[in-house]
Amino acid sequence: MVSIRFSSALNNLTKTRATTLELGDTTIKGVFDELIKQFGEEFEKRLFENGEIRRFVNVYLNGEDVRHLSGLESPVTDADEISILPAVSGG
Amino acid sequence: MSRVIGLKCRECGAEYEANIQNTCYECFGPLEVHYDWDEVQNTVSKEKIAKGPSSIWRYADLLPIDGTNYVDLGAGYNKLHHAKNLGKILGLKELYILDESVNPTNSFKDRVTSVAVSKALEFGATAIGCASTGNLASAVGAHAAKAGLPAYIFIPGSIELGKITQMLAYNPHVIAVDGTYDDANRLASEVADMHPDWAFVNITIRPYYTEGSKTLAFETAEQFGWETPDHIVAPLASGALLCAISRGFNELEQIGFVDDSKKIKVSGAQPLGCSPISTAVINDTEVVPVKNFKTIAHSLAIGNPADGYYAKQVIQNSGGNAASVTDEEILDAILLLARTEGLFTEPAGGTTVAGLRRLVENGDIDPDERTVVYVTGNGLKAQETILKALKQPEIIKPTYSEFTKKFGHN
Repeated sequence: MVSIRFSSALNNLTKTRATTLELGDTTIKGVFDELIKQFGEEFEKRLFENGEIRRFVNVYLNGEDVRHLSGLESPVTDADEISILPAVSGG
Repeated sequence: MSRVIGLKCRECGAEYEANIQNTCYECFGPLEVHYDWDEVQNTVSKEKIAKGPSSIWRYADLLPIDGTNYVDLGAGYNKLHHAKNLGKILGLKELYILDESVNPTNSFKDRVTSVAVSKALEFGATAIGCASTGNLASAVGAHAAKAGLPAYIFIPGSIELGKITQMLAYNPHVIAVDGTYDDANRLASEVADMHPDWAFVNITIRPYYTEGSKTLAFETAEQFGWETPDHIVAPLASGALLCAISRGFNELEQIGFVDDSKKIKVSGAQPLGCSPISTAVINDTEVVPVKNFKTIAHSLAIGNPADGYYAKQVIQNSGGNAASVTDEEILDAILLLARTEGLFTEPAGGTTVAGLRRLVENGDIDPDERTVVYVTGNGLKAQETILKALKQPEIIKPTYSEFTKKFGHN
């Protein structure tokens, strides 16, 4: 079961801060395809631009920014944790 | 009336009430403070500033705080040194250094923290937090102590002992993370998101926090008699500081205090071992986050710079450039600054001075340009690192003959 935590900036769409999905072995893209089915086009629009994760969105797979893995093609297995957060760092 | 209308998305322009919020609910873009410029214009004046306190709060009319309940340890209004000796060596006719090592916790982070913690009190926050490479940790610890609020500070486990010692003295809750700053920041972001009544200065109340850095521009202009420099050089970590300084000059022009803010060339320096922004500027590419980095300039070691995209734009639109400098160049620059101007800075300041040197050598800075360099932190915080580049003193017997043997006088 993949667990996903959402930023509070998505609250008005997801109405929940976390969810779980039973997808078997998949990819980050596979997870998002399922989330978009659940939360609709607005969810996709908020996080994606031209099919890519928006510049100001960070998606972490077990604490690792997926940009440092294989992006949307990063493999996801059943026990993985995903967090979707705004890209805010440094001072 | 408040001079703050609310928050506005830098990407799509969506507007929000002033609150503890950093992200646009429409496009996930970063938010910035939206001012009522008529109200600002009605209250601000050069005369009022001249009579104000010797701290950033002399510019209160240009900062996003209502009332006067400032958490003020005295950050800012620091000396703009005319660096004639260093300028001569580098071949610059008019070089100035704004020395931030003398702030209450010895880095420029006191400016942003003083604004952020003051705003947190205004919002009724129950705790202060931050993710930090060290300097911000001390600034937040000190200002939270003064404000009487608990602090939660997330740091990478590898920061300098000098910075940890100072921070621990203020007694915050310290969360030392086995990982980099980016790891500490991600964890802090998740905790911040789950605690909406806590104010994480560089995360959830970041729009107000970054405003504090504009005071570097205000001070520069005021000390020049309300004139602007031709070229400025700032360190690059997240990119927020450089953007805020540039914005500060532009706002001074907007209110009629200076002319020609758009003519200021803005350049930045980053350590080669962690240089996502300077690399993007030099190669004119996207800012690509870096995961594995190694540099002695820990304060600048941010692999995923939130404002990198904007910093690159500011630099390129201004006609400035960037430099990526090696650890060796950084240490050389620390010693050069100490030996020419008597200013002792940490590796972040060394990076900026080394970057200045490189930019001059490459012809990016003209010898005739009035140039200002922002030296953002104190060398006492990074003694272990800097000591490695220094010759240890030889111990002699306390006799005059021993002294003359060594120094050759009779």
